[in-house]
Amino acid sequence: MAWVDLDLDACLCFSPGWLVLTNVRLLASTPDGDDWQAWSLSPELSLRQHDHAGVGALELFGANERLAVWRYTLSRNVSALRLVDLFATCRDRGELHSAATDNVCPDCKAPLEADAEECPYCSRELQTPPSTWTLLRLWRFAHPYRLQLLAGFVLTLLSMAATLVPPYLTMPLMDNILIPFQNGKPIDVSLATRYLSGLLGAAVVAWGLGWAKTYILALVSERIGADLRTTTYEHLLKLSLEYFGGKRTGDLMARIGSESDRICVFLSLHLLDFATDVLMICMTSAILFSINPWLALVTLLPLPFIAWMIHIVRDRLRTGFEKIDRVWSEVTNVLADTIPGIRVVKAFAQERREAERFREANRHNLAVNDRLNKTWSLFSPTVSLLTETGLLVVWAFGIWLVSRSEITVGVLTAFLAYIGRFYTRLDSMSRIVSVTQKAAAGAKRIFDILDHVSSVPEVAHPVRLNDVRGGIELREVGFRYGNRAVARGVNLAIRPGEMVGLVGHSGSGKSTLVNLICRFYDVSEGAILLDGVDIRQLAIADFRRNIGLVLQEPFLFFGTVADNIAYGKPGASREEIVAAARAAHAHEFILRLPQGYDSLVGERGQGLSGGERQRISIARALLIDPKILILDEATSSVDTETEKEIQKALDNLVRGRTTIAIAHRLSTLRQADRLVVLDRGQVVEVGPHDELMALQGAYYRLYQAQLRHQDVLADEGEAS
Amino acid sequence: MNRATPPEYTLRRTAFGALELDLEGQVTVGVVAVRAFPIAAPDQAISLVGPEGNELLWIDRLEEQPEANRRLIEEALSSREFMPEIRRLIGVSSFATPCTWHVETDRGECDFILRGEEGIRRLPHGMLLITDSHGIAFLVRDPAALDRHSRRLLDRFL
Repeated sequence: MAWVDLDLDACLCFSPGWLVLTNVRLLASTPDGDDWQAWSLSPELSLRQHDHAGVGALELFGANERLAVWRYTLSRNVSALRLVDLFATCRDRGELHSAATDNVCPDCKAPLEADAEECPYCSRELQTPPSTWTLLRLWRFAHPYRLQLLAGFVLTLLSMAATLVPPYLTMPLMDNILIPFQNGKPIDVSLATRYLSGLLGAAVVAWGLGWAKTYILALVSERIGADLRTTTYEHLLKLSLEYFGGKRTGDLMARIGSESDRICVFLSLHLLDFATDVLMICMTSAILFSINPWLALVTLLPLPFIAWMIHIVRDRLRTGFEKIDRVWSEVTNVLADTIPGIRVVKAFAQERREAERFREANRHNLAVNDRLNKTWSLFSPTVSLLTETGLLVVWAFGIWLVSRSEITVGVLTAFLAYIGRFYTRLDSMSRIVSVTQKAAAGAKRIFDILDHVSSVPEVAHPVRLNDVRGGIELREVGFRYGNRAVARGVNLAIRPGEMVGLVGHSGSGKSTLVNLICRFYDVSEGAILLDGVDIRQLAIADFRRNIGLVLQEPFLFFGTVADNIAYGKPGASREEIVAAARAAHAHEFILRLPQGYDSLVGERGQGLSGGERQRISIARALLIDPKILILDEATSSVDTETEKEIQKALDNLVRGRTTIAIAHRLSTLRQADRLVVLDRGQVVEVGPHDELMALQGAYYRLYQAQLRHQDVLADEGEAS
Repeated sequence: MNRATPPEYTLRRTAFGALELDLEGQVTVGVVAVRAFPIAAPDQAISLVGPEGNELLWIDRLEEQPEANRRLIEEALSSREFMPEIRRLIGVSSFATPCTWHVETDRGECDFILRGEEGIRRLPHGMLLITDSHGIAFLVRDPAALDRHSRRLLDRFL
């Protein structure tokens, strides 16, 4: 039995339903859910699936009419496709099991290990939200520095104790020296000197210890910040192209740059201050209680009240700060959009409109900030007010106790001295709310990157391929980009050393297949095998080492020509680089550059023409000596003369390698062993040029259309 | 486009459920109706497209079409266009993405997974388009018109 639990009804409203296939019948629950409709399987029945914009449809056809149609969202697509497959086998053979002989995953059709029951690729789909205790997760980065952190903590404790000495000394200073003096006794100079030197000593010790702890902790936090940045960047580089497609450059740059810096400042400054404050409060309260429990109790009374207030505002501030972050990256995104496209902006004279867009983003930024500041500005004064009220209470209660001679004036003075520090700390502690929230928001955005599991994951125990021959097999490959199926049921076997040309209209899925073969994306269904091994079983770096890729738009990094050629093999010798450049027909024009191979290229570097850049990128591919070569419209962005030069370079490159070439101009694929014609994500024809021409099918039409086009161009050329 | 004289055409639904277009004697089976601006102008700018993806007929305004044709086009559109409009947010599993949203739409209640904040797109006039992990787009036509609870939840993601 096979089934689909439908989640939509005929008019595309959400409602549950069932479609069940047994070995003799197809059953569907009726819209009201009580009854079942049934069709006996017979040869004239057929079941077809198609989908559009996230909705799939299953249609049941009889001999001369459509019998029924069911709809579902794409979350059910896998089981729906399976049902369609099983329906066909069931109708033709009368038994209900898959036609496939290998052990393949019933859902995504990926081949499985002989004894495996669960498909490792299907179970990946689970999505769990990250925990909210994001800041605690920074411990992972703090762990290597735990000894320094411990030293810093001990120093903090000591320096704290040192700062608590002076207020304590005010008590005997008051009671034993000043009050007796007021009462007519002379000042005991030696005692006064002892107290005063005690005050000085405490201050000096506190200074020394304070310096040491700040230095150590700042050092550590700076290192934690650096580790966080590099780890995030390293992780980012490992993510699949899918991730980069969905993100904007400005946003990613902000996350890695300024957010990690903010976390660093938080750790070194605010968190440290906060920890100090908490310690201070604990130690102070201990001292206060030891002097006079009743007065201590009254002093500490406003504390829970303030803590409660902080808690209330915390929630509102946190969402506010997250919002500000988002708005801020909106502002940077406008910049990142506009500056690279500045030529278009100027060409269409849209400076004013871009400025307006930036102003708009800033206005949004202001509005969000204003709203937050309303809460935030009320917060600090309220804490101050509470502090003053607290002091007032202590004064009042203290005077009352003094009048009843339960405490001395010295005790009250000491209390007020402690409290003065104590409450100012409370005020600054309240600031921790906002900085913690800011840092937590930043940490969340960084961990968003770190938590993102690459959709092209590395396997735990990769298979090692020592001697790659370069045979590629695509088995029932399907790929879905967002809600669009861009490849479906592609089967293709490429022999080692064979050259295959992919042809088809634009949007027919040529580049998608290349991206899948390079494993920039993983297939949604089926599998791609290299020499009989699923490429998902190989370590990504090992696999890609065997692929040379030449793109339509060659990208040169900032650096010398030699660096760019040796990009895939940083340790290459000068001889290798020159040999690769020679083979790529790049040697001569490189020699013409003022500094030869040491000329700087890339952004801000030497201007090179499209053909020259392309030949450097071909040399780059040649140098790593790959078994598999992929040419993605390698010659389409240059003129015919340059194309000839590049073609010569490519001929060197292609020799002895498995080559997959995409070209818009069919003439450039003459020497391909086979041509694969794609249409709307499916292979429609495969064969050599002559065979496909004789077939007079899709390839023939493409070729004729291009020939006509060329004739027109030639005629125009003659006419002028 | 010549708006003054719209070409004569008739639409028909075949027994196989496909749409058949008879455009001045030329008959095409398997015609698909497509909205050119599904969000900005859902009832204008509709194209009838052939099975090969070639445009056969452009319709400026749906309400100007003959009753029978209009009904068939609307029917074809409604079975193809799927963009549930969120009326109310009932709950979200977490304010950090990915998270599951439980919402009430004009097509009934449903759950969906939001993969990341970039799944929420701002459209002109304050509209929001929320794309779930399967690529289904949910529309929030006017965030300000949602109830207080929904607005508060939504606000956390904006």
